[in-house]
Parts: sequence; C-alpha cells; structure tokens
Amino acid sequence: MILDYEVLKFIWWLFVGVLLIGFAITDGMDMGVGTLLPFVGKTDGERRVVINTVGPHWDGNQVWLITAGGAIFAAWPAVYAAVFSGFYMAMLLVLFALFFRPVGFDYRSKLTSQKWRKTWDWGLFAGGAIPALIFGVAFGNLLQGVPFHLDALLRPHYEGSLLTALLPLLNPFALLCGVVSLAMLVMHGAVWLQMRTDGAVAERSRTAGLIAGAVTVGAFALAGLWVAFGMDGFRIVSQPPLDALPNPLAKEVTTVPGGWMRIYTDYPAAILAPVVGFAGALGAMALSRIGRPGLGFVSSSLCLTGIIFTAGVSMFPFILPSTTDPGSSLTAWDATSSHLTLTVMFWAVVIFLPLVLIYTVWCYARMWGVVTEDDIERRGSGAY
Amino acid sequence: MFDETFIELSRWQFALTAMYHFLFVPLTLGLSWIVFMMEAVYVMTNKVIYRDMARFWGKLFGINFALGVTTGLTMEFQFGTNWAYYSHYVGDVFGAPLAIEGLMAFFLESTFIGLFFLGWDRLSKRQHLTVTFLTAFGSNLSALWILVANAWMQNPVGAEFSAETMRMEMTNFAEVVLNPVAQVKFVHTVAAGYVTATMFVLGISAWYMLKGRDLAFAKRSFSVACAFGLASILSVIVLGDESGYEMGDVQKVKLAAIEAEYDTAEAPAPFTLFGLPNDETMTKDVEVQVPWVLGLIATRSATEEVTGLKDLMAEHEERIRSGILASQALDEIRAGTASGETLALFEEHKNDLGYGLLLKRYVADPADATDAQIAQAARDSIPAAAPLFWTFRIMVALGFLMLALIVLAFWFNMRRTIHKQRWLLWTLVFSIPLPWIACEVGWFVAEYGRQPWAIGEVLPTFLATSSLTTGDLIFSISGFLLFYTGLLVIEMVLMVYFARKGPATLGTGRYHGETGPASGAPVHPGAQPAE
Repeated sequence: MILDYEVLKFIWWLFVGVLLIGFAITDGMDMGVGTLLPFVGKTDGERRVVINTVGPHWDGNQVWLITAGGAIFAAWPAVYAAVFSGFYMAMLLVLFALFFRPVGFDYRSKLTSQKWRKTWDWGLFAGGAIPALIFGVAFGNLLQGVPFHLDALLRPHYEGSLLTALLPLLNPFALLCGVVSLAMLVMHGAVWLQMRTDGAVAERSRTAGLIAGAVTVGAFALAGLWVAFGMDGFRIVSQPPLDALPNPLAKEVTTVPGGWMRIYTDYPAAILAPVVGFAGALGAMALSRIGRPGLGFVSSSLCLTGIIFTAGVSMFPFILPSTTDPGSSLTAWDATSSHLTLTVMFWAVVIFLPLVLIYTVWCYARMWGVVTEDDIERRGSGAY
Repeated sequence: MFDETFIELSRWQFALTAMYHFLFVPLTLGLSWIVFMMEAVYVMTNKVIYRDMARFWGKLFGINFALGVTTGLTMEFQFGTNWAYYSHYVGDVFGAPLAIEGLMAFFLESTFIGLFFLGWDRLSKRQHLTVTFLTAFGSNLSALWILVANAWMQNPVGAEFSAETMRMEMTNFAEVVLNPVAQVKFVHTVAAGYVTATMFVLGISAWYMLKGRDLAFAKRSFSVACAFGLASILSVIVLGDESGYEMGDVQKVKLAAIEAEYDTAEAPAPFTLFGLPNDETMTKDVEVQVPWVLGLIATRSATEEVTGLKDLMAEHEERIRSGILASQALDEIRAGTASGETLALFEEHKNDLGYGLLLKRYVADPADATDAQIAQAARDSIPAAAPLFWTFRIMVALGFLMLALIVLAFWFNMRRTIHKQRWLLWTLVFSIPLPWIACEVGWFVAEYGRQPWAIGEVLPTFLATSSLTTGDLIFSISGFLLFYTGLLVIEMVLMVYFARKGPATLGTGRYHGETGPASGAPVHPGAQPAE
C-alpha cells in the first residue's frame, strides 16, 4: 500500500503525538512516582515498596522517550535539529536529571547504608520532577514560539548565547505549563501507587493524587485562558501544496492575538481534547477518592492524552514557530522527511508498536499485584 | 570563518560521551549470552548451581547495564543538540535506523530486562529463560541497527542529495540496511563484545580459583566462558580481516592512513609491521614490512594496488574542483535561475558536492577559492596517519594476545588442570581491562579514520555542528565529565565489591563467606545441591 505524501505527513503528526502520550502514560508515571518517593514513603521499607511498584518496568517505559526522540529524528529531522539544539541547556538539564534514574533504581538497594539509600531517593526525585517540569516548560515555549531562523543552507540559528537564553526559557507562561506537566504526572503516579500499594503509602498517595489533580485542573485552565486572551498564535498566510517537497522557507506566516484558539472554531470537534483533559483529571480524583484507583488510572491516562493533544491541536500544523522570523517556523507539512522515509517508518511503527504493546502488557501482568514490605523482605536481593 | 575551537570541542564532546557509552556496551552484548547459556544449562539439567551462576553474573550484568542505559540516553539526543546541521542534512536516512532500533530492539531489551532481574520468583523456569533470551537478543539487535546507522556514515549508500530540500534523501532502504560495511562491522563489533564478556568472566573466575574459594562455581563459569570466548575471538579476527577488505573497497583513505601508506606501493602491497610515520613529511622514518600481506588483505589479489595517501590527495583535488562546479550550479538551482544546462551540470558533478563543501572552511563561497585553498582542502581530505597507524596496531596486538590467552584457557580447561595454572590465572585476572582498551582504540580507528567527514565524502565534520557557542560546549563537557566520571567511580566500586563477595551476594547460604543456610539449604561451598 502506498500512502500519499500529504496523508503520511498527517499520520506522522499523529504518530509523534501517540509516542509522546505513550511516554507520558508509562514513563511519566515513573517520573510521578519518583517525585512522590521521598514524601509518600517515610521509612526505608516504605520507599522500597514505592520503588518496586515500578522497578521491573521503568526501563522499558523509558524507551518511549528514546523512541520518540528517534522517531522525531527520522520523521521530522528539521525539528529534531532545531528543537534539541535550541533548547540546549534545557536538554542538558533533563539528561543530567535522567542520569539519576537507572543508577538510582538499580544501585540504591544494593548496599544497606541508610545514607547511601537516602541520597539515591533524592536522585530519583530529581530524575522524576526535573524532566516532568522541563517537558512542560518546553511545550510552553513551543506555544510562545522560539527566537530562531533558518539560513539559506537551512541551518538553524538562535538569538544570543543559549547559556543566557535559559532564563527567557523559564518565563511565567512556560513555568505555568511546567506546573501542568509536573502536576499531571504526579497525579498519574499517585493513582498508580494507590493501586499498587496498601496501608500508609496508599493513603498518602491518595491525598497526594487529589492535590496534584486539583493543581492540574487549575493550572491547565489558567494556561488555556492565557493562550486565549494573553498570547499571540501563529497563522499560515500562504504555503506550497501540502504534498510538496518539504521547504520550511517557502511559506508566509503572521501572528494573530489568540490565534491558537482558531482551530476550535474551524473544527469544533477539536474541543474534545481539552474536555478529555479536564474530565480525565476530575474523574481520576473522584475515582481515587472512592477507592477505585484502577479506573482512576485509566481516567488519569485519558487526562494526559487530552492535555497533550490540546497542546498539539492548538498549534497544528505548527511544531516550532519562530518569533524572530515567522517564515522559518517548522510545521508538520514542511519539516518532514522524504516520502520514502515516512513510508518505511510508517510500516515500522505499524508492525512493531502493537508487538511492543502486547509484550509490555504481558510483563505488567506477570508482575501484577499489591507490593508490600513483607513481600520485599521475602524476596531479599531479588527486589530493588 | 569557522570557530575551530568550537568545532574541536564539539568533536571532543561526542568522542567523550560515545567512548564512555562504549565502556558499558560490549559487556552487555556478551554477558547477556553467557548468562543465557548458564540459565539454559540450569533449565535442562536442573542443577541449582547453574541458576546461581546465571543470577550472580546477571547481578554484575545489571550493575554494568545501568550505566549503559544512562550514557545511551545522551547518544539518542546528541545528534540534535550538538550536530544540528548533520541532523538536518542526513536525518532522512540516518534517523530511520535509530528509530527502528528503538521500536524493534531497545523496547524488547528494556521491557524484558526488568523481569530478568526481578522476575525470578514470578516466572516459571522456561518463562524466565525466554525472558533472558529476549533480553540478550534485543541488545544484540540494537547493536545491529546502530551499526547500520554508523556504517552509513562510513559508506553512505542508498541515498542521494536533493537540491530541492538541501539534504540527503533515502532512495533505497534495503541498500541502507544491507550496506556491506554494516554487515562486517556488526559481526566484528558484537563478537568483540562477546570477547569482552569472556575476559571478564574468565578473569573473575580465575581470581576465585586462585583464592581457592567457590571452586565448583568458578570452574563452571570458566568453562562456559572459554568455550564461548574461543568462537568469539576467532570471529573478531576473521571479521576484522574482512573489514580490511571492505575498507580496501569503499574506504581507501582510512586503509591507507592506517597503514601510513603515503606512496602507492607496487602490487601486492606489503604490510608494515612496525614503522614511524611522519605526517609532516609524509614519509615513514623507519619501517619493517612483510611483503604481500596488505595487498592480500585489502584486495584479495596479488595484482591490485592499494592506493597511497598522496595519490588519493591528488584524486581529491580533482573532486574538489568538480565540487566547486556542483556548488555553483546548486546556488543557481536554489535561486530558481537554473537553465537546463545547469541542471545537467549539477547532475554530473553532484557526487562531488561534499568535496566542494570542504572549501567552506576557508571561503564562504567555494567558487571564490584560490589554488592554495584548494590544495589545503585536499590536504584536509585525509586524516593524520600516525594516530591511526598506532591505535590500529594496538588493537590488533591486543586481539592476538587475547586469542592466545583464550586458547590457553580453553586448553587447560579441557585438560581439567586449569586451577593449577596459577601463572595463567593471574595473567587472566590482570587481563580484564584488555578487551575494553581494544574496543575503544578500535572505535578510534573507525571514527578518526573517517575524518574529515561526518558522512563519508558527503558532509564535512566542521559543517555538521549546531549553532552553539564555545561557552555552551565548555559547560556541557564539564557536566558530562563530572556526571560520567562520578557514576563510573560508583559503578566500579559496586562492581569490585560484588565481584569480591562473589556468589555469596545471592544470600543462598551455599557459598564462600556465608555463615549459614539462608532458607534451610545445606551448606557445602562449591557443591551442587540438587533442587
């Protein structure tokens, strides 16, 4: 089956969204759990319980992030180039924080020293909270646009040194988006913990989940109002046909106050994304409150899906708008790979992603059950 | 016009992070199979000692694996953060194997590895063995796709430059995957990983034997490793030789530089066993040569020549001049003023466009280049020979040294007298670092030998960077050095701690240094209680 170029470009926008959502639901959960670790686990035994709920899975979950990175490289090379080099300092911060996780999970319980273990607990906290926050900040910056332009060779350039550019990256709106991202992942991790633990840890997780859920709803609503009334969106004035060979410099772009809301009047169905975002969070809170964390987890997964799609559809087809040279903005139509590469990668996803889902479910099923301190004690060095 | 310091720093950062990463990769590739074999013996024979072996070596595997994952994260994003123009220019081709690696291999390895570590009491024997197999298979499959990507940097087949999109585009996916360089590289690299794991298990087991502890455990581990190791080291050497042949075919410059063959020798070319290459004068001050050997390795014939660096430079100068024409035609095409004649001219010369880009180091527009600049660019088109000459010889010497050690280990193990060969056992203990050195210098030969290209004959390294500043790079290199070195120290401490404590760390009560049975199991160190 040969799909035409325009359709494939759109499918790849969806695929990247799916990979990011997969990342949020799985590894985002680990990040939420890491962030909660020092707070819902008071004793070493409790903390081992928290860690072992995600112990067998965090590594596979992290591959969603790596695969999303690889897929962006393959499908949107121009985006991969411009975003990761433009957010250089933020990327380094994320990487350095992520470094704490493999070693934190794997080394923490190998030695019995309490000091050693407490140090790694904070490492796991940093490895969860910092990326969760920064990913939101990055989305905030995408919505606002980034000061870059492409030269005639299509090489991305940025205004000013990136060392100094870290501060504007952390502006109030972007930080608000960071709060949305951190809060939703904490909520998600909390519901997971409530489901997989019992006693005091489950109780504390329930409380944490309710607070994080409330923050998610509030911050998401505030960010929405800000986008609607306090910010410029971008709009394409003219561009080559959608199935043309990708050339990011061939279009004309203007900024429009509140422009990111336009999609909701053009395609009213798009409103589903934020509605699912709100409903998912409220549902997760309600279900967690009445002691149904299993369904609550499904609901919070829907919340993550809704919120990520909200950011995506509001900007569609933009991926990386430029503030200093709007014409250099990268979109889902003009930042993609060739027709052949998108086709090859389409089949790779269609064949392998379902397989991944099948064996991932099998692995979760084998390790399912409430994790208790007695259980960990019994397994000795067979547990984290 | 290019900030040389910035380019140097970008290269250093990549080299540093990649070489740190490869401290952990080879052991993962090999030890996963060794653990799988041990566990397979356990499942077939039901002898508990083999389960203990799989669990203990699996523990050491885990300590190493954690840092493999940590340092691997950087690699997935580093092309974008630090090599943005590279990412734009070749992402259409290079990104695909990386993404497929994630989807097909890395998911497999990482999803099952958690069950490998933590699922011993949750899975049936056969299920756990399957999980171990999938982990090992996944990690080796990862290596395949990464080496497909790397091989494409060395020998960019199945792709073509597109003037419309200003980048390389894939024209044939099968050619990219079946790149002959990828195939030999894959076997050579994973087999080097198997040898690394072999030397690791042999060295640690030898130490237990020298200390007279956990003998049954140590001897069995030793046996598994040396059988596996013998096959592996032979593959490394045979495929290394095959790489030499592949290089003679598609990477003539690297081959000539490794041999410091400045002048084209008469066929069949001799192999320089020892020499003192001088890159300034482009002569070897001293040389000891073995006739015929290089010709046979590189061309598989006695009549074909192996072209020397000076002749290659002269060829490159021609290609640079042709690249200038391509570059001029491209400018017209981009400006939309190209006539049919220009388009034809571009088609004729576009394979030399990369050579034209070499001039960008000296002039903004290659068309303005002077003869002196062209000569300089031709000089740039070959890497310094001396570092390659030496590192290559270190790698080969270590390969043969390890071959000798593994053959001896295999022989005495077969004669069942290995525990008495104290000299050999001590040698094996101190040889543990050798495979790592060989792997690192091997990668140095492969990548330094590719210079000045990021993508062979397509994109020069100095053009491939991001638009960052020297300050950004100093900050990031310091950060990486600090984190990686700190983590490496912690890893080594844990590794040595667990290796010294030995299988007693499993807490079964059956091994050296344990005071009593943990769960009612009989104590007889080194014995093999049936389950």
